[in-house]
Amino acid sequence: MTEAAAFYILTGTVLGAALVVVLSRNIVHAAVSLIPVLLGVAGYYVLLGAEFVAAIQILIYAGAITVLILFVILLTEGATGLRVRQRNEQVPLGIIGSGALVFLLITLLTRAPWPPAATPLPTYNPGAVGQSFLTAYVLAFEVTSLVIVACLVGAIVIARREE
Amino acid sequence: MVEVVRIVLSVLLVFTFAAVGVGLFLVLMERKISAWVQARIGPRHVGPYGTLQTLADLLKMLQKEHILPAGADRVMFELSPIVVAVAALMSYVVLPWGPGLIVRDLGVGVLYFAAVLSLEVIGILTGGWASNNKYALLGGLRSAAQMVSYELPLGFSILTVATVVGTLSTVRIVESQPYPWHTYPSVIVAGAVFLVAATAESNRIPFDLPEAESELVAGYFSEYSPLRFALFQLGEYGSLFATSALFVTMFLGGWRGPFELPVVGSVLSGIFWFLLKTYAVVFFFMWVRWTYPRFRIDQLLNVSWKILLPVSLANLLLAGLLVAWGG
Repeated sequence: MTEAAAFYILTGTVLGAALVVVLSRNIVHAAVSLIPVLLGVAGYYVLLGAEFVAAIQILIYAGAITVLILFVILLTEGATGLRVRQRNEQVPLGIIGSGALVFLLITLLTRAPWPPAATPLPTYNPGAVGQSFLTAYVLAFEVTSLVIVACLVGAIVIARREE
Repeated sequence: MVEVVRIVLSVLLVFTFAAVGVGLFLVLMERKISAWVQARIGPRHVGPYGTLQTLADLLKMLQKEHILPAGADRVMFELSPIVVAVAALMSYVVLPWGPGLIVRDLGVGVLYFAAVLSLEVIGILTGGWASNNKYALLGGLRSAAQMVSYELPLGFSILTVATVVGTLSTVRIVESQPYPWHTYPSVIVAGAVFLVAATAESNRIPFDLPEAESELVAGYFSEYSPLRFALFQLGEYGSLFATSALFVTMFLGGWRGPFELPVVGSVLSGIFWFLLKTYAVVFFFMWVRWTYPRFRIDQLLNVSWKILLPVSLANLLLAGLLVAWGG
């Protein structure tokens, strides 16, 4: 009962804020509205018993990445307070693309064999997360780190070229 | 149901009584200490020894007109101070005030603390932008650069303690500390890094560039009229108290003291020692503020990226190796 209420409140917040992100003509408003979306998703993680993932979500996405996005927008000349145009000639393409994505997601979600709801949730403590990173998912973990290192090096190369 | 009532009551208690009381008291403390450092007397007319001065200031602030600057973004201008204050106060949830006295002992306590404190910068940044004032915007941008840079050493020193202790829960961190505190070299280095990074995170001198009066009027809150200004102050002093309390929790043994006070019992005695230590750390922060001049922005970022970050990373690595080999 309480969980269902929490779920609906969270979903309302996430969807409402996500609409502002997509529809707002002011780019700063769009970036700021990302924060309630990310916090709401952290709320879902809490509902699922994954406190650790929720804390990391807030720390990294809401607290750091959004700040960096805002930082870049505010430093870009002419980007703030600008009424950005929301439509261009690619509207039909966009509709087709998003329609296909919605179709794909609905098909996948309705056909997936979901486990019965009564199974106990796995424990998500930091130790268990770390263990599974370095055992079962070690390849995916290392590939992700490689991608991040490549991004960092690329950012430095681009920044140095301007000097 | 009892649990829900307990949570609502403790949140109300912490958010209203404790936080506002702490905010008011810290402002008074700051004025008294600045007066002491500068060989002045400080506030003395309102109440005995001027102790009611900040209460009088608050009553005055409540009566002032609210001014919206021309061209300001109304929604974000109104919301930003609330975001700052709420983000600072949310961290009180995991502070262990005494044995068994905590709003919620989360399994990821210190991580939660770092996470909600990192939300504060959003309010500062949007407040600076929404004011439609170049000085406010510059203050907000400086603050964002500073807080994002110093979050990393702060996080690494928290992680070092978590690695050594083997838990993220604030209560367990206090309970597993040897008396009076850790003497593990890694923990001491982490404590030093935490102290410097926490000063920068709470935007205090020598790291107070976001509100450098001589360059930026008052920084990100230049355009705010009293009530919202008071909310920013509540956020600033609220997070100062919270970071001091976390420092006490992680490095100075939390609520445990040299002896249990007679008559009052273990809980009240725990609160006494916890508050005593926390106010000692707060005093240290204020003492530093009124003694040192402020850094330049490039020096500030150099301290973070070239000194604190490598030191804290190496320290974390060392602590991990020691823990792995030591057992």
